[in-house]
Amino acid sequence: MTIISVRNLTTQFSTDEGEVRAVNDLSFDLSRGETLCIVGESGCGKSVMAMSIMRLIGRPGRIVSGEVLFGSGGSSVDLLKLDESDMRKIRGKKIAMIFQEPMTSLNPVYTIGNQIGEALSLHENIRGATLRRRVIQMLDMVGMPAPERRADEYPHQLSGGMRQRAMIAMALSCTPDILIADEPTTALDVTIQAQILDLMRKLQSELGMSMILVTHDLGIVAEMADRVHVMYAGRFVEKGNTEEIFGSAMHPYTQGLLRSIPPLKKAPPDSRLPTIPGMIPSLIDMPAGCAFADRCEKVHNDCRGRDVPDDPCGVGRLVRCFYASQK
Amino acid sequence: MERTLVEIKNLKKSFPIRGGFFGREIGRVHAVRGISLCIKRGEVLGLVGESGCGKSTLGMLMLRLIDSDSGKIIFDGTDITAVSQPKLRRLRQRMQIVFQDPYASLNPRMKAGEIIAEPLVIHKMGDRAERRKRVLDLISKVGLPESAYSKYPHEFSGGQRQRIGIARAIAMNPDFVIADEPVSALDVSIRGEILNLLSDLRSSLSLTYLFISHDLKVVEHVSDRVAVMYLGRIMELFPAESISQASHPYTRALISAVPVPDPAIKRERILLEGDVPSPINPPTGCPFHPRCPHSRDICKTEEPALREYLPGRTGACHFIDEFK
Repeated sequence: MTIISVRNLTTQFSTDEGEVRAVNDLSFDLSRGETLCIVGESGCGKSVMAMSIMRLIGRPGRIVSGEVLFGSGGSSVDLLKLDESDMRKIRGKKIAMIFQEPMTSLNPVYTIGNQIGEALSLHENIRGATLRRRVIQMLDMVGMPAPERRADEYPHQLSGGMRQRAMIAMALSCTPDILIADEPTTALDVTIQAQILDLMRKLQSELGMSMILVTHDLGIVAEMADRVHVMYAGRFVEKGNTEEIFGSAMHPYTQGLLRSIPPLKKAPPDSRLPTIPGMIPSLIDMPAGCAFADRCEKVHNDCRGRDVPDDPCGVGRLVRCFYASQK
Repeated sequence: MERTLVEIKNLKKSFPIRGGFFGREIGRVHAVRGISLCIKRGEVLGLVGESGCGKSTLGMLMLRLIDSDSGKIIFDGTDITAVSQPKLRRLRQRMQIVFQDPYASLNPRMKAGEIIAEPLVIHKMGDRAERRKRVLDLISKVGLPESAYSKYPHEFSGGQRQRIGIARAIAMNPDFVIADEPVSALDVSIRGEILNLLSDLRSSLSLTYLFISHDLKVVEHVSDRVAVMYLGRIMELFPAESISQASHPYTRALISAVPVPDPAIKRERILLEGDVPSPINPPTGCPFHPRCPHSRDICKTEEPALREYLPGRTGACHFIDEFK
């Protein structure tokens, strides 16, 4: 059952050099209880996409077109058409978000307990001792050691892992239907990352949430995702379930990404790491045609100048490449 | 090949924490707590550890960018902790560093050519024309176009900036280069290029590297031997090709925490409880014992020494023989 359906979402930023289309005609569906991973490198627009769904895009950015249909069947609403006060009832309550850097997204002058309680008192109108009990319960649920004491501490008194736990507690306090996690473990060490991913998986199955996980780490994708959407220069270039993406990636960009991770077993000495030459193109005045063409080893003359449809090779899923193949 | 280029002996460094009205010392961060290591000529030694384990401090100490509290750093036969400033300056030509953040480590007001030429100017190498020739040569060595010479750092991408940092580091023809998280700030698809460049330069200039990173996959890929650091101590040291046989419980937990990009592999993960303890007040005994799933009584009181538990592999754990 689809819980959120994004249709042709496009977000632009006005700059001195022109309009930058950070998110370009994105469409996807998310089912209840599912984890969708959005993968891409820095600057591909994955965070802007997450912020657009939450309607947190501020000037000079604006959502120029598209729909974000939240809810199922006839009762769905287009989040982009809601007025701000209705959006506030959804943001944090129905759809919550975890950001990459817990230190910059927590307010340094309020205690952790205070910040977790804010959403609860706003959305569920609880106060006083009940509120405090709920806050401590949330901290306990995310595995915060000594939750009673930590609730009265400030962000700077917590370690990176504990801050991210506090962020998760805050996001989950109103048991949202959808959790959007934007690089939730990028700022953490691997052993702490393993704890947080484990926690997210556990809480997701307990609470039956859907999750949109934005990451650049294909290792995390392999562990967490049901489905994967690969993003490049503001567009999806390949969609598939986890087995399809890791087992039979069809887009040259996906294949390049997968190849450029060093394997965790010793390669023969002096073996070279495959790379993707060049860099992400400037999003200003993107020419028609495949945005990956300049870096693609399989590029043909006709890749440029004409728009690439969703599935030109008839793969049966979105693979935006005229010459998609497994090799 | 087997000759030692850099050797450190029982190196220690702690930093004061100041607080209160008069900035009195209220504690000390014990960043490096007695480390001994040998790096052979032509070798790449990988140093891996979580944030705050002291790996960057160790790198800075080895170049004497900060002074150690005690211990020796012997570079090609000379103890650099004991040499005078002028002599140190001459030795420093032979040891260089590449920093993590290619945005912060390049002066935004200098052109790439000036940045790369700076070590040549400081060490008074050649005249203006010779330096220019040398810089252009370096620019092509690191795979940048000649036009890079008169561009400013902001005109380059992250990967290109890191190439400038590398060109600067090899300008003096060093023997020893410390690469401190050289690819951590870069995108996955760019990382490979920089790692390949470092390995090309290693063979063409016969360099020796200390490669510092928190990323086990990267360290393992580039290194000959890997040292695992935790709370200012070396926990285990082993040849990179046999990483899968690493025996120390911390190394094992670290390996199992790395997400593997293959959904078919469902591994049993060793989940460590809690956070890395504070280096202000490191635990007694084995520094890893509060998080170790195999911790016993002796681990709380007695710190295990680093010893060779298999030929070529050393580990600091009382029970390492049980885990091999």
